[in-house]
Amino acid sequence: MSLELLDILAAELGPALIEKSSDHGDDTAVVDPASWLRAARFLRDDSRCDMQMMVDLCAVDFPQREPRFDVVMHLHSLSKGHRLRLKTRVGKPSGDGAELESVVSVWAGANWFERETFDMMGISFRGHPDLRRILTYPEFVGHPLRKDYPANRIQPLVQFRQGYEKVPPFDEFEGMSFGRKTFGNGRAG
Amino acid sequence: MEPLDQQIEEGERAPSSESMMLNFGPSHPAMHGTVRIVMELSGENIRKADVQIGYLHRGFEKMCERGCWTQVFPYVDRCNYVSPMLNNVGFALAVEKLLGVTVPERCQYYRVILGELARIADHLTLTAAMSMELGAMTPLLWFFKAREMIYDVLEEETGARVTHSFGRVGGMAAPPSPHLKAMVSAVLPRISATVSEGEALLVKNRIFMDRLDGVGSISAKDAIALGWTGPCLRSAGVAYDVRKAHPYLVYDRFDFDVPVGTRGDNWDRFMVRIEEIRQSIRILEQATKQMPGDGPINIDDPRIVLPPKDEVYTTIEGAIAHFKIIMEGINVPAGEAYGYTEAANGELGFYLVSDGSGTPYRVRIRPPCFAIVSGLGGLIEGLMIPDVVPTFGSLNMVGGECDH
Repeated sequence: MSLELLDILAAELGPALIEKSSDHGDDTAVVDPASWLRAARFLRDDSRCDMQMMVDLCAVDFPQREPRFDVVMHLHSLSKGHRLRLKTRVGKPSGDGAELESVVSVWAGANWFERETFDMMGISFRGHPDLRRILTYPEFVGHPLRKDYPANRIQPLVQFRQGYEKVPPFDEFEGMSFGRKTFGNGRAG
Repeated sequence: MEPLDQQIEEGERAPSSESMMLNFGPSHPAMHGTVRIVMELSGENIRKADVQIGYLHRGFEKMCERGCWTQVFPYVDRCNYVSPMLNNVGFALAVEKLLGVTVPERCQYYRVILGELARIADHLTLTAAMSMELGAMTPLLWFFKAREMIYDVLEEETGARVTHSFGRVGGMAAPPSPHLKAMVSAVLPRISATVSEGEALLVKNRIFMDRLDGVGSISAKDAIALGWTGPCLRSAGVAYDVRKAHPYLVYDRFDFDVPVGTRGDNWDRFMVRIEEIRQSIRILEQATKQMPGDGPINIDDPRIVLPPKDEVYTTIEGAIAHFKIIMEGINVPAGEAYGYTEAANGELGFYLVSDGSGTPYRVRIRPPCFAIVSGLGGLIEGLMIPDVVPTFGSLNMVGGECDH
């Protein structure tokens, strides 16, 4: 079953499948970043693969390597019972240019996982509906899980947020700002 | 603060037609765990909700990259502080997968027993907290009474009530106490009776039913797309349980059922958890019968397991082996592996990358409730404010795990 899955993927992607392995019983396919979304959509929709569930998405940093980051996704098929680890490699050694197509359109659950990967590793996902930091806060500087981020770095003090700014994802025309309304007499009421 | 007693002319107090924003949390008495929900309300109806997590982010994955593999155990304890033993077992299994070793049979049973006790404790805590948030104080005390019995057993075995740090790569920190089976067998009927009493206080309570029944429904298709696992997915009617689908340890030797719901609402989630407590009791009954009375707990490999203490103090080989493992850590061969187990909330995965040294290169935890809480916003949109509390409660967010 397991080797079959990698063969199906190899037949579909052709040269876009860079590597495949089955170490420790985990089937792994490394694909070209350009066909990341295509591979994801194929794995979900093809009846032989039927990967309805995206279990996990994360990234691993290899600062000495070009491309620098491994983006790793674990997929699972409830009907067939098989699993696959889909990987791709992005980013320059400086950490720039780490961009990838978002798979939120394929699995809705990828939303927060991609936000987390963006927050922790600084990989941006094109086409993500709401790419904000999730575990840290908007003023956070850097991406903490990168290997060049020292574990004991102290973040700058965040100033008290003045005013009643809208909280994302609400834009300025949605909802009501926090705080009391003024009723024309210049005083809060 | 502005003064409240202001003179406002009547004409200026026309009701506003625009929607209102309401901030719920991050520290709110009706939310267990620190999470913030920003809601856009129209009257009492939630039009849009944004769930913001991260208030308990402690850099778990970063910290793991600093010590050796064994030093990760206290951290995984604190990821899910409601059922830490399941996290211990999950992490140990993942590292053992990378090492390519299997623990002895007696240890597998021991892990099952401690893990299932932790699962019951987790379900009890959640059910108790949810009922308390809905105003039912007595069931909380009842369920906690049962949980205390479990904590007593775990304390006797591991020495700690909550954060045991008891798992080890290649075994457990200590062999089971001689009266483990007697303790577990004695406590199971009492837990079962207490849970039934606590359940009886709730399932015929009109207020409790009204607030749970039909509220916060999710379809099986949506739940799968969101990556839900565990009781929350099963309540939507998908009978996926890692213990059945991909058996690990000795779970294939036990006869137990996987309870499923039909509608995926709060009521189903509540009932699935109550039923899972019963199934865990069944597993425990069988495991205590089947567990070998004697035999090794740790694997016989001095590169992985610490030598016995008397050898460390009396022989030079023991002292060297102890020193090597403590100072350098276990040398896990370079590679990557994804180990997954069924924790109380669902599939708990550890994706480990090793570069061959004694320090983990990357420890990635896949917390089950991260995926589940990501669906909370969609679940409460269209509901009313009071529905947020039972819906959030029934998802069982564990802050430490969700926020890493």
